[in-house]
Amino acid sequence: MVFLFYLLSAIMIICALLVVFSKSPINNVIYLIVCFLAMAGHYILLNAQFLAVVHVIVYTGAIMVLFLFVIMLLNLNKAIILRKSTVTRVSAVITGGIFFLVLLAATRQTFEIHAKYPFASDFGLVSGIGKVLFNEFLLPFEMSSILFISAMVGALMFGKKDV
Amino acid sequence: MDWTELIFKTIFLIIIFTVTLIVAMYSTYGERKVAAFMQDRRGPNRAGPFGLLQPLADGLKMFMKEEIIPLTANKKLFIIGPSIAMTTALLTGVVIPWGGSVTIGGRIFSLQVADLNIGILYVFAMVSIGVYGIMIGGWASNNKYALLGAIRAASQMISYELAMGMSIIALVLTTGSLSLHEIVSQQHGMHWNIFYQPLGFFIFLICAFAETNRAPFDLPECETELIGGYHTEYSSMKLGFYLFAEYINMFISSAVIATLYFGGYNMPFIDQLGLSMNTATFIGTFFFFLKIFSMIFLFMWIRWTLPRFRYDQLMNMGWKGLIPLAMFNILATGIYYFFTELK
Repeated sequence: MVFLFYLLSAIMIICALLVVFSKSPINNVIYLIVCFLAMAGHYILLNAQFLAVVHVIVYTGAIMVLFLFVIMLLNLNKAIILRKSTVTRVSAVITGGIFFLVLLAATRQTFEIHAKYPFASDFGLVSGIGKVLFNEFLLPFEMSSILFISAMVGALMFGKKDV
Repeated sequence: MDWTELIFKTIFLIIIFTVTLIVAMYSTYGERKVAAFMQDRRGPNRAGPFGLLQPLADGLKMFMKEEIIPLTANKKLFIIGPSIAMTTALLTGVVIPWGGSVTIGGRIFSLQVADLNIGILYVFAMVSIGVYGIMIGGWASNNKYALLGAIRAASQMISYELAMGMSIIALVLTTGSLSLHEIVSQQHGMHWNIFYQPLGFFIFLICAFAETNRAPFDLPECETELIGGYHTEYSSMKLGFYLFAEYINMFISSAVIATLYFGGYNMPFIDQLGLSMNTATFIGTFFFFLKIFSMIFLFMWIRWTLPRFRYDQLMNMGWKGLIPLAMFNILATGIYYFFTELK
C-alpha cells in the first residue's frame, strides 16, 4: 500500500510538472489526464471507490475530452512559446507564491482534521456518501444542483443563434 | 484474500481474457456470415470447414502486413492511440459476473473477478476513457479525415454518455445497488429488469450502439464521407487493434446489457431442476453466453438493415430525443417507488 502510494504520488508529481513545462498543448492535456488517473488511484487507496470512479467519469472522461476536443479543433499542434513583459512575470511569481502560502496553510489544517475523523472502512462507499449528502448537507447539495441546472440552461442560451 | 483465492482469480482472469479475445475474433466471422445471410450471399466459406478458419487467416494477414507510420504523424501518440483503445476495451470484463459460484475441493469461488461496490460505474468509467484511444489516434495521424472522425467520435460519445448514465440511474432506483453481482442476484426467478425498466432498456440499447460506434451510429469511421474515419492512416496490426477493440466493445456491451436487463446468468426454472451447484452454475453461464450472443446478433442485424444517420440527426436524437426521455424515465420510476415503496 505504501509502495503504491509513493508510485502514484511520483506519477502525479512528474505529470503535474510536465503539464507546466511541456510546450505542446496536446501533450499538456495528456499529462493532465494521466495526473487525474493517478489521483483516482489515490482515492481508491483511501477506500473512496465512488469518488474515484466519479472522478474518472467526470474529470477524465468528460471535462478532459472537451479540453482535448477544443485543442484539436483549434489545431494547436505547434509548440507555443509565450513572451511576456517583466511586469507580468514578476506579478505572476508573486501571485503564485501567495497561492502556495494559502495551500500550505490549508494542508497544515488537515493534520488536525484527520485525528478528529478516524478512518472507517465503509467511508467512501455509495450508501455512506448518500446518507451524508442527503442528511447533513442536503441544502448545499440541492443548491449546487440548482446552480448546475442554471449553468446548463445558460450555456444553451449562449449556444442559440436567435434568442 | 488468501492464496487459493488469488490463484483461482488469476486463472479465471486469464480464461476471461482468452474467451473475450476468441469471441471478438469469431464475431468478425459472425458479422460476415450475418451480412451474407442478410444479403442472400454465402459469406466466407473457403478457409477451413464453413470458413471457420477465416478469422485466423485475417489475423495472420494483419500481422504480416507492412507497418506504415506517416512521416508527419506524431509517432508516440500514433502508437499510444490503438493501445488505449484495446486496453480499455479489455479492462471492462473484470466486473461482469460470468456465472454463479463453483465449489472446487470444498471451497466456494464466485465466477466474477472483482465484485466492486460500484460495478456499473466502473464499466461506465472505462467506456469514457476508451474515447481517448480514438481521439488521440485520430489526431496523431495528422490527417483531416482522421481528425474529423476523432472529433465526431468524441462529441458523439459525450452526448450519448449522458442519456446512458440517466437510464442507469433509473435502473439503480429499481435495484437499489450499483454492484453488478447484486443486480444479477436480484433478478433471480424471471424478475428481469427489462420488465421493470422497458424504456430504460430501450435508451440504454441505443446508447450502447452509439458508444461502440456501431451502425447506424458509425459516423466516426463513415467510409462514404471520411474514407476510414479515425483509422484512415493506420495499417497492419494497429488497424487490427482498432477493429478488434470495436468487436470486444460489442461483446462487453452485450454482456453488460444481458447482465443489467436480462438477468445475467439466471435462467428460468433453475431451482425446480434440482441440480448440483456446479452444474447449475455451468448451465447458468451457458445461458448467459446465449443471451450475449443473441445481443451480438441484434447488433449485427441492425448494422445490416438500417442506413447510417446524418450527423445533425444523430446529435438531435441524442440531445432532444433520448435525454428528455431518460429524464422522464427517472421521474416516472421515482414517482412509482415513492407511492408504492416496493423497495
